[in-house]
Amino acid sequence: MSASLYTMRSAKNVVAQVLAMLATAFGLFWLVWILWTTLHEGFAALDVHLFTSMTPPPGESGGMLNAFVGSALMSLLGILFGAPVGILAGTYLAEYSNRAWIGETVRFVNDILLSAPSIVLGLFVYALVVAPMGHFSALAGAISLAVIVLPVVVRTTDEMLRLVPAQMREAALSLGVPQWKVTLQVLYRSALPGILTGVLLALARISGETAPLLFTALNNQYWSTDVMQPMANVPVVIFQFAMSPYDSWHALAWAGAFVLTLFVLVVGLVARAIVARTRISHD
Amino acid sequence: MNASVIPWRGAAGRDTRDLRADRRFRWLVTGAGMLVLAILLAAALSIAWGGREAFHQFGLGFLWSKTWDPVGQQFGAWVPIYGTLVTAFVAMVIAVPVSFGIAMFLTEIAPKPLRAPIGIAIELLAGIPSIIYGMWGLFVLVPQLSEHVYPWIDAHLGQLPLVGPLFAGPPLGLGMLTAGLVLAIMIVPFIASVMREVFLTVPTRLKESAYALGSTRWEVVWDVVLPSTRSAVIGGIFLGLGRALGETMAVTFVLGNAHELTASLLMPGNSIAATIANEFAEADSPMYRSSLVALGFVLFLVTFVVLAAARLMLRRLAKREGR
Repeated sequence: MSASLYTMRSAKNVVAQVLAMLATAFGLFWLVWILWTTLHEGFAALDVHLFTSMTPPPGESGGMLNAFVGSALMSLLGILFGAPVGILAGTYLAEYSNRAWIGETVRFVNDILLSAPSIVLGLFVYALVVAPMGHFSALAGAISLAVIVLPVVVRTTDEMLRLVPAQMREAALSLGVPQWKVTLQVLYRSALPGILTGVLLALARISGETAPLLFTALNNQYWSTDVMQPMANVPVVIFQFAMSPYDSWHALAWAGAFVLTLFVLVVGLVARAIVARTRISHD
Repeated sequence: MNASVIPWRGAAGRDTRDLRADRRFRWLVTGAGMLVLAILLAAALSIAWGGREAFHQFGLGFLWSKTWDPVGQQFGAWVPIYGTLVTAFVAMVIAVPVSFGIAMFLTEIAPKPLRAPIGIAIELLAGIPSIIYGMWGLFVLVPQLSEHVYPWIDAHLGQLPLVGPLFAGPPLGLGMLTAGLVLAIMIVPFIASVMREVFLTVPTRLKESAYALGSTRWEVVWDVVLPSTRSAVIGGIFLGLGRALGETMAVTFVLGNAHELTASLLMPGNSIAATIANEFAEADSPMYRSSLVALGFVLFLVTFVVLAAARLMLRRLAKREGR
């Protein structure tokens, strides 16, 4: 009786462990397949024209220079609008809200914004910026990216500031340093790598965002750096080209996807490396 | 003026300056904090306002009307809502057990040197833009499925009683099952990394006491780790669900963009996010555009509820840890 119970239990254990291993293999299998396809197809389609020519008319070959520049410009503006406000709001949560209900509410709402569907945020910016202006513009695209940057930066700033030991605040305050100076010169300095990581993670996230750009920045076949006009950007170009019936456009889409994926992975690795290094130096 | 007064007055001047600067800084950061609240509120209000014409014209019937006719200016949300729910459901059915398996593997089974690299790999892959998943789905997965997998499903599962109609249909490759599968692949790294983190919060003492009493690994995970992290695990699952419901690009590529209601999972369908992404730029009449925004409002409400529930459940664990 007890022998059979023992066999049952160990059999169950073996089955569960095998299933867990299979699940891991299953999960990794798809991800490796996706990564491999992107690298393989993208690398095959890679050439100099990708970085020197504009997006081509239907069925012809060309590059994505205007899209790369547009994406870089809009991402930069998005970070520029979103990150400072995010750092300040994160400072409010960590240093000034004193666990009051309003601070908890802001934290809660921020967590929701963090995973809110980006297409909904795009609709919001459409209603706020595009509709009153009457036309699509890169500025609207940058604002929609800023709305995505904001919660990421708020969250990491909040977490990183709370990791700063209380003794550091108390030591500075006891010397008579006013709180704003403590925040700027002591807390920010000590939490800087963490905050930077947050900004990098936000950059990785927005560089692949497609949905909100579809009806804010739209797209532009030509070279344009006018922020009040529609602007080409990598994700929307990939979307448009991949959905088209032309093989040359498909190849360009894969090349764009390759560059995008590589960029996101590298930024993610750099962010992780910064965190790992500070963790070691704190220990 | 006497010498001993000057430093004193100077210090007083500095005190008031510091006080003023302190107050200004406090206002600045508080303002930034309130802006976060304002953005969510403004988003809700502006989207509701944008959809007012559609809600006014079609009433609550907008939610369950099946017509979507841009030419006749008749719009109903049921087909996209149904597609959103079905694809998210398919994704969760696949993703939850797989993520649980991965989290269990990474916290209890895998040899120590393997745990960190696999964990990092999975987290990195969670950051790959969804448009890449969608493209891969369209160009690689769809042909494979329509050639090798769906004919088999149609022939074998399509004949079963009860569930048969779900799996019967022409092997197009595009459709709700494919969309659910791509969504599942996307949210697995997401849910798995939350579960892994949550499992790591269980005190080693607790697990080792169970092992000392002769528990197997499975029993430790199922009877000790899971019960003590239940609410956070559900929170992680809900976070994944929120992502699956609102995901746009991955789904848009492989769903087929068909405004028809079918029982079969092999048939093309539509989802809220995919409908908006496909049609918004082309929507030429105010009513058309307003209906799309109204769809967005429905999505906003649903994801808000799901995400709020997720955060509340995750917070419960964080609080207990803090105590």
